[in-house]
Amino acid sequence: MARRLTPWRWVVLGLAALYFLVPLAASVIFTVDVPGQGVSFDAYTKILSTDGFVSSLLLSLELAVATIAVVLLLMVPAVVALRLGSPRLRPVVEVVCSLPLVVPPIAFVAGIVTVLKWGPEHLSRTPLFETFVVIQNDKFPVVLVLAYVVMALPFVYRALDAGLRAIDVRTLVEAARSCGASWPQALLQAVLPNLRGALLNASFLTLALVLGEFTVSHLLGYAPFAVWIYNVGGEQAQMSVAVSVLSLLVTWALLLALAGAGGGRTRTANSRG
Amino acid sequence: MTAALPRADVAPVASAKRRRRAPGWLAVVPLLVFVAIAFGLPAVAIVNGAFSVDDATTGATTYTGSNMTASLQGPYLTALLGSVKLSAIAAALGALLGLPLAQAVVSSRSRWLREAVLTASGVLANFGGVPLAFAFVATLGNAGVLTVHLGLKDSGWDLYSFWGLVLVYLYFLIPLMVLTITPALDGLRAQWREAALNNGATGVQYWRHVALPVLAPSLLGGLVLLFGSAFAAYATAAAMVGSAVPLVTLQIADALSGNVLVGQENIALALSLDMVLVAGLVMAVYLPLQRRSARWLDA
Repeated sequence: MARRLTPWRWVVLGLAALYFLVPLAASVIFTVDVPGQGVSFDAYTKILSTDGFVSSLLLSLELAVATIAVVLLLMVPAVVALRLGSPRLRPVVEVVCSLPLVVPPIAFVAGIVTVLKWGPEHLSRTPLFETFVVIQNDKFPVVLVLAYVVMALPFVYRALDAGLRAIDVRTLVEAARSCGASWPQALLQAVLPNLRGALLNASFLTLALVLGEFTVSHLLGYAPFAVWIYNVGGEQAQMSVAVSVLSLLVTWALLLALAGAGGGRTRTANSRG
Repeated sequence: MTAALPRADVAPVASAKRRRRAPGWLAVVPLLVFVAIAFGLPAVAIVNGAFSVDDATTGATTYTGSNMTASLQGPYLTALLGSVKLSAIAAALGALLGLPLAQAVVSSRSRWLREAVLTASGVLANFGGVPLAFAFVATLGNAGVLTVHLGLKDSGWDLYSFWGLVLVYLYFLIPLMVLTITPALDGLRAQWREAALNNGATGVQYWRHVALPVLAPSLLGGLVLLFGSAFAAYATAAAMVGSAVPLVTLQIADALSGNVLVGQENIALALSLDMVLVAGLVMAVYLPLQRRSARWLDA
């Protein structure tokens, strides 16, 4: 059936590979080819010792872990419950999860800046003031986690929804319940294992979002990984390109490894009826 | 029919039915509360700030439409229109190029290829921002590898321009299209194709009369999503062109972090509201399309 398309398919894949790989290859050449000196790997060997690299990367990873945990804890129960029969709530959740798409990150951060300014001015004599101080702690800015969770909602919703579409939650739960499982057991042992692919998918998207996020953190004055790359770029062009390439490759390797670990990923929306 | 839930109500509903409904409400509440705080407060702040002016001397706040008017004039308007034009062109190209790529992957029987491309798309779709800008500067910038080796400078190539940005944006828009359209392509049943071919249709006819009409809502939905994504992009442009290309996101960032004149923050909020309105329009188109495509593909 698909065999007739083979030559056409290879042309498309070839062109795509060219467009997506050439910038990476060129970037690598750019980093090792020092004008007038020939090949040098200094740009890579100096990365680890460069000021701020390790701390900014760790900060990004911590933020990513916290964001993934919060977004899954909020979203998984909600979307599973929708499938189990609160059909009237479905549009509500769908709209709520799509709202962040309507507010671009730059507008969102403009709003956050305004709220953070307004808080201390009006709440200085209330316990809430402490909250404002705590969430802006430089060591671990909780405010970024809050922002990232909101920004991840649309992607996570789509990923989970696609995963749930492929399984019959209600039948699964009812089967588990009639076999004597309690509600939590039914959800944890019957539904979640079937959602593994969707959960991994949602986690990948969130991880990639947080690792590359620049707008919100930059304008709020924090320095996670992407902001660090930006700052280095001003001083050392080759170093910044080297880190950019590495960050892409490392993210990619990480995700491929996770995808492999996930094994049988649910084929989204693939109904074989 | 085992353990009965505590009876909060005495409404005459079948116990099984109530047992299904109770977790529904409870599970959604935390999500709604979180969004109300983390998203609702900034959203209210945007609208409130967009329509108010603080008097620097008295500290009094008056409500007025002057910020909104100012945000639709002069350089602000130029930036807004520049963003819309860039996003529209980049989204159209991304959708056109993403569809055949997704189809090539879906119709391939190689599981490995599929996993690799989808995973790569997941990475690349979010590979916006600073690293992307630097990678393209190293490739096609003024001292970029291709620019130098192919002598592109003489042919008038300039990465730090409108079309340069389009080229760079496609790097994350095409993967986004692949991610968006793949589930829809998966939903195209082999039987439909077989039925069409058995009835004497050519491959082209099958695509024109069966596949594309079924895919149309998903395609348009993808297009709209790409537009929104390009419209909202800030980091790539900030790291690459500075302010050589007028874009609304760059204007907002300048007003937020630049040498702020009094009242500039509120202009930034007014511009933010403009962006929200454009993006809202986009979503108003997108959501019904999503529902339409689900009708065909959700079985």
